[in-house]
Amino acid sequence: MSESRITGAAGRGIPVRGDDIDTDRIIPARFLRCVSFEGLGEHAFEDDRKNFSDGIHSFDREEFQGASILVVNDNFGCGSSREHAPQSLMRWGITGIIGVSFAEIFFGNCVANGVPCLTLDSSQVDEIQGMIEGDPGCQLELDVENRSVHAGENTYPAGLPDGVQRAFLEGLWDSATLLLDASAAIDEVNARILPLQEQS
Amino acid sequence: MGKNLLQKAWEQHTVRELPTGQTQLFIGLHLIHEVTSPQAFEELRVRGLDVRYPARTFATVDHIVPTHSQERPFVDTLAEEMMVAIETNCREFGVQLFGLDDDRQGIVHVVGPEQGLTQPGMTIACGDSHTSTHGAFGAIAFGIGTSQVRDVLCSQCLAMDPLKVRRIEVTGSLAPGVYAKDVILAIIRELGVKGGTGFAYEYSGEAISSMSMEERMSICNMSIEGGARVGYVNPDETTYEYIRGRPFAPSEEDWEDAVKYWESFASDEDAEFDDEISLDGSALGPNVTWGINPGQSVQVDGQLPTVSELPEGERASASEALEFMEFEQGAPIAGTGIDVAFIGSCTNGRISDLREAAKVALGRKVSPGVKALVVPGSRLVSEQAESEGLHEVFMEAGFEWRKAGCSMCLAMNPDKLKGRELSASSSNRNFKGRQGSPLGRTLLMSPVMVAAAAIAGEVVDAREMLGD
Repeated sequence: MSESRITGAAGRGIPVRGDDIDTDRIIPARFLRCVSFEGLGEHAFEDDRKNFSDGIHSFDREEFQGASILVVNDNFGCGSSREHAPQSLMRWGITGIIGVSFAEIFFGNCVANGVPCLTLDSSQVDEIQGMIEGDPGCQLELDVENRSVHAGENTYPAGLPDGVQRAFLEGLWDSATLLLDASAAIDEVNARILPLQEQS
Repeated sequence: MGKNLLQKAWEQHTVRELPTGQTQLFIGLHLIHEVTSPQAFEELRVRGLDVRYPARTFATVDHIVPTHSQERPFVDTLAEEMMVAIETNCREFGVQLFGLDDDRQGIVHVVGPEQGLTQPGMTIACGDSHTSTHGAFGAIAFGIGTSQVRDVLCSQCLAMDPLKVRRIEVTGSLAPGVYAKDVILAIIRELGVKGGTGFAYEYSGEAISSMSMEERMSICNMSIEGGARVGYVNPDETTYEYIRGRPFAPSEEDWEDAVKYWESFASDEDAEFDDEISLDGSALGPNVTWGINPGQSVQVDGQLPTVSELPEGERASASEALEFMEFEQGAPIAGTGIDVAFIGSCTNGRISDLREAAKVALGRKVSPGVKALVVPGSRLVSEQAESEGLHEVFMEAGFEWRKAGCSMCLAMNPDKLKGRELSASSSNRNFKGRQGSPLGRTLLMSPVMVAAAAIAGEVVDAREMLGD
């Protein structure tokens, strides 16, 4: 599984400002009427983009096309468990996310898809958002091994839970294979908890 | 030192510690629906894997089903394709499906408890964030994404990081006309929409222990709106009585052993918690949200906030919400005109919700110009309501009586807001665009408050209509 090791992500940044941006905003529910994730990339933030009150949404701005590191604020990805949210971001081109904090289910969905989400303090995130707004060509780098973010000349120590860091570095983030390794132990637990049986 | 319920259920279901340091946790009950499962089944096919324990997975259809006519094929071809997918997947992999041809169909979080599948001490997962609902039975229940649905299908397990537990005590008795929905909205207002990140919420105290199972489900359901993936109530007599006799409940023969097993999961007297808070339940009134997240609420006799008086961290979000909602800061919430009234959802679409709302609807008329709909959470809820004549009460008052489904909670089906419509809703999310129109607006409240708003045409204190 060594080829699935993830040590980080790098590229130009794209800011999406605001706290508590929920997964309904990342991918509106009508786009969940599908049996595959294909084609979701073009609908990322669709309604926010159409109804953006403060100029042009960054996903539509020329200077951020081709960017791959999303920079967000607090509690990003709250709400629904839809994996369509990280899928739409990935298919738009996002390979890593920097934020103040992430909602738990969204974070887990990103891990399952190999997208590292690193956390920084609010003031550091603001600084990086300002930096890439001022210089959209500025390179950002997420370093999973050292738990840090490099932006321009600066390096910021970043947060990433131990288990997730190890899963990325050891190529164990695709959990299905890992879980199936413990076949006999799974059967033991199944045998010790109550079965589910319909009464006749 | 004693243990809390989360610790006990966690230990009972631990398969092993993973090389990542995470826990491999066995999932006792896996619930699936048509929206978040097709890609998971497709991955099983690609990888040549089976469903490991088909008898621990149950499927139903809820998110995309129309509530007006459920004739097949659906007019919406994308929705029809999803229906065919779940039917094919369940047949091929041997999973029991409560489909549209089955009396047990309904919203997944209504159906599980109704069938007696949801039991104390269990671990329960479903590709839906409101899976926390099942915690009302003293289960550890949480929402997962589609990759994790795949994991549970093929291994019956998940790779999990540990959770902390916050005990939330709600003291005293609730005043008449104050419901579980008002309690959970108050808790989320108090702790914030991200206050529960990394935590499971244990709800306790007199106000909770005196609640019915359906009220406890409404509370646990919205844990995720406070950021807590898991919310639970310790099992007690109320829990066991609810389960007894349901189709998947233990048999009478095994009943005493089952109760003993379940009781063993309840948090010990001397259990420790990572955090504890207390709230005076007797001081609560009906709550209504005014903003674009479920933490932005006010008591029905209160005013919207004045932005400059809020803590600095909340101001940007409040300004954004007021602008989107087109509300004036400092204005009273009562008297806010509504266009749509929606009673239903996994939060408040159960029989007791309909009974309470019908008390307000009885002998009154929906305000002209308000579109009002009542959507039972399941077919069995619908049948029960009809046997009590509740559907007639609603229809005589001018409400539409619909078939079971998620309906206008999330707008993946034909029930949607239009344009800037403002909806009084018994559902769980007031996010921008949540109810189907990108610019549609939502006020969350209890089903009784929704019924009262439908009749008055504006937000009112439902207690004025409930009488003595």
